[in-house]
Amino acid sequence: MAENNPTEVKDKSAAPAGSNGDGARTLLGVTIDPDEIKKKAQIDLDALKQPTKTEVYKSIFRVKHDQTARSRTLGVLSNVFLHLHPAKVNRDAVRYNFTWGMGGISFYLFWVLTWTGVLLMFYYHPTKVQAFRDILYLEHDVPFGKLLRNMHRWAAHAMVLTVQLHMFRVFLTGSYKKPRQFNWSVGVILLVLTLLLSFTGYLLPDDQLGFWAVTVGTNMARATPMLGHEGPFGPELGMTPFNDVRFALLGGSIVDANALLRAYIWHCIAIPGFAAIFMIVHFWRVRKDGGISGPAPIMLEKEIKPVRR
Amino acid sequence: MDWHQLWTIVSLPDNIPIVGMLFIIPFFTWYALRQARANDRLAERLENDPDLAKTHHRKVQPFQKGWVREVAVWPYLLRMEFLAAIIVTIILMVWSITLDAPLEEPANPSLTMNPSKAPWYFLGLQEMLVYFDPWIAGVVMPTMIIIGLIVIPYIDENPLGNGYYTYKQRRFAIWTFIFGFIILWCSMIVIGTLIRGPGWMWFWPGMTWDHNRLIFEINRDLHEIVGITSQPWIGIFGGLVVGGFAVAAGYACHRIIAATEFSRKILNRMSLLQYAIMQALLIVMLALPVKMAARLLFRIKYVWVTPWFNV
Repeated sequence: MAENNPTEVKDKSAAPAGSNGDGARTLLGVTIDPDEIKKKAQIDLDALKQPTKTEVYKSIFRVKHDQTARSRTLGVLSNVFLHLHPAKVNRDAVRYNFTWGMGGISFYLFWVLTWTGVLLMFYYHPTKVQAFRDILYLEHDVPFGKLLRNMHRWAAHAMVLTVQLHMFRVFLTGSYKKPRQFNWSVGVILLVLTLLLSFTGYLLPDDQLGFWAVTVGTNMARATPMLGHEGPFGPELGMTPFNDVRFALLGGSIVDANALLRAYIWHCIAIPGFAAIFMIVHFWRVRKDGGISGPAPIMLEKEIKPVRR
Repeated sequence: MDWHQLWTIVSLPDNIPIVGMLFIIPFFTWYALRQARANDRLAERLENDPDLAKTHHRKVQPFQKGWVREVAVWPYLLRMEFLAAIIVTIILMVWSITLDAPLEEPANPSLTMNPSKAPWYFLGLQEMLVYFDPWIAGVVMPTMIIIGLIVIPYIDENPLGNGYYTYKQRRFAIWTFIFGFIILWCSMIVIGTLIRGPGWMWFWPGMTWDHNRLIFEINRDLHEIVGITSQPWIGIFGGLVVGGFAVAAGYACHRIIAATEFSRKILNRMSLLQYAIMQALLIVMLALPVKMAARLLFRIKYVWVTPWFNV
């Protein structure tokens, strides 16, 4: 046997290493039996045919993928991305006609905007010198830059629309009623944040369109009662163009470099952060308030119970 | 009829959402009200047939004994979500490939855009600037809209219609929301986008946007029409007019709120605070169309002039 014959290992240049009569060889003192290796390789090959049986797969996906109710439930509950869902849902709620899917689509658009937005940030400097040139660079030189910018803008427009439609649907189905009152209020905040996100993004290309839209928009802040220098009781309280609420928004008395930087930070960091926090609460409360509101059984007028105070 | 002008406005890439809105909002309104009508018919049937009401599953969707009431999220809901994500992605892709995001000249503070418009979703607020001073249109009204929306669940004491479409069980709530959302918010956006041209002047669809157009309209304040010329009488008069409007609007709203036996029943459930908040919000909401009519039909600029603010 090979392990009893150390001289053959030293002499590996003369003959194939470790060759002997029954097919096993030794290499650096390790026995190599081709039949054994073939057997082991077969195990690995068999595993490839059934990847779901491997330890790697089982460590990642802890649940079997079959049609039993248990597996389907665990498939949702044990997945971090899906665990916001309940295991089961009202059979009529999966139809399109009740929810119109607008809440989910809004969330999906938020993700599209986050991804395209992060990619846009790689090419954008929020400075007066660079901002407009960066947009031209994106449009003409960056591969797929134009597509990226178009997608960010149209997804933003679409999101403003879908958020409004979501609110419209929730109102018409009375889904804000007990016990979901608070979640409606959170939703209104999210609507406002959506509008503010879109509005702060408007200035960033630093073109005439954004500049004048933001000028018109922030000029209204001059007229804020008590906090604006042209608003009712503003001057009486010591408001000037250099210390009122508009000055705080723009970082100056005109829409200029500071306003661009502030819009950028609000747009890319602050408001998305707030929106994320409110979205966490919103989705959490959807579950805690009993999941999707309907389609619920109809209640009749004579079944109204008196108010308890 | 200047079709080219109309096309120029409608085909502006940034105006696509509004053009889409012209179809999407009516579609979903119809879609919701159709389901509401189906539910209302069922409710009527169950009201007239108490025995059926005890056994019926109370939905228009089919249901039979032995069917499960809940289905697994995986796959029945997740496949819908996945499908929706794919469809939205395709729409976005096609939209982004075919239409370019607008980019104007570099920002130039010395060259004013005419008309210079806010993003489309704020055009309702910008349109409001025609009828109110900026502190109302730009600050008070948006704040009232946000507060009004937030308090809706806390002032709506009608327990019916929780989780299903209905019209008959929530007539007042649905009319109020449709009035606020479609008649005021959406149509003001459409006016701001499609109607308002250079100098924020009113151009009917198909009229050429003439940058040299002048309109010889003299806007008057209400007290000038009446013939009051000096403060403090101007302020007192205006205060009385605005107060009178609030009382009249509040009375009209109350008549509508208490119009039917059912709505009186709901009214009795409300606390005084809930009623007061609802009335205040309704009066402010009604002030907009009233002021619009005063301005567009009677060319009245202010109804209340004081040394500190004008309404």
